[in-house]
Amino acid sequence: MLPMFFWAFVVGGLFCVIGQLLFDVAKLTPGHTLSLFVVIGAILEGFGLYEPLADFAGAGATVPITNFGYTLTHGAMQEAEQHGLIGVLTGMFEVTSSGISAAIVFAFIGALLFKPKG
Amino acid sequence: MGKKKNATPEQLQYQELEKKHEMKRPVVKNCIKAFLVGGFICFIGQAVSYFYIYFFNFTEQTSGNPTVATMVFFSMLLTGFGVYDHIGQFAGAGSAVPVTGFGNSVISAAMEHRSEGFILGVGGNMFKLAGSVILFGVFSAFIVALIKTLLIRWGVI
Repeated sequence: MLPMFFWAFVVGGLFCVIGQLLFDVAKLTPGHTLSLFVVIGAILEGFGLYEPLADFAGAGATVPITNFGYTLTHGAMQEAEQHGLIGVLTGMFEVTSSGISAAIVFAFIGALLFKPKG
Repeated sequence: MGKKKNATPEQLQYQELEKKHEMKRPVVKNCIKAFLVGGFICFIGQAVSYFYIYFFNFTEQTSGNPTVATMVFFSMLLTGFGVYDHIGQFAGAGSAVPVTGFGNSVISAAMEHRSEGFILGVGGNMFKLAGSVILFGVFSAFIVALIKTLLIRWGVI
């Protein structure tokens, strides 16, 4: 259990360092960086590399935004194995749903509850 | 970082002047901050995962989903109380790369446009920033999954 915490910290931190380097050195905007991260996550899953990383680092791999690309691809692949090509479309949000639905629900609640702070 | 090619001499001169006065970004310091804060967020995420594994019978594989949802919830609270902006200013990518940054962009957009009404304001602007992440995530996932499925079909892999 303790090594898991350690690796979650290190791997998650390294993702953020790569992001910071893209901000500072490559001078990308946050929007570009995050989009790039998601695409990288999807490609890594395409090569079957992200799942071992998630097994190894736990939340270090599931909390960074790359996980979003990974779960989208993962859901699509899972469904595609059962239903063929159409599964790529139908399975896309199967696994990912929680992140987006949570974002929508909590954002709306947030908009109801809070006033923006300057 | 304008285009170098079609610039007039004055523009080139100005670009050089601009470069001279541009603040050097403390890259190493920023990276250390991003590492510590980003790592800390993932550390909390790991604690949340274990919480779901022990109390709600999730496995190590499936615990990622509720963890992401919980992290977005935390980010709603922090954004609502105006704390996340301060973290973001300190940590840079350390707070943007974890899913809490994604949540923050959705939630802050929703809160900010509330004054324009719920339909056109909140509903229309919620995904202003996060939309690109969803678009490119879905599209790249589609391409990757399509290629992989076809390759498996044809017996290549």
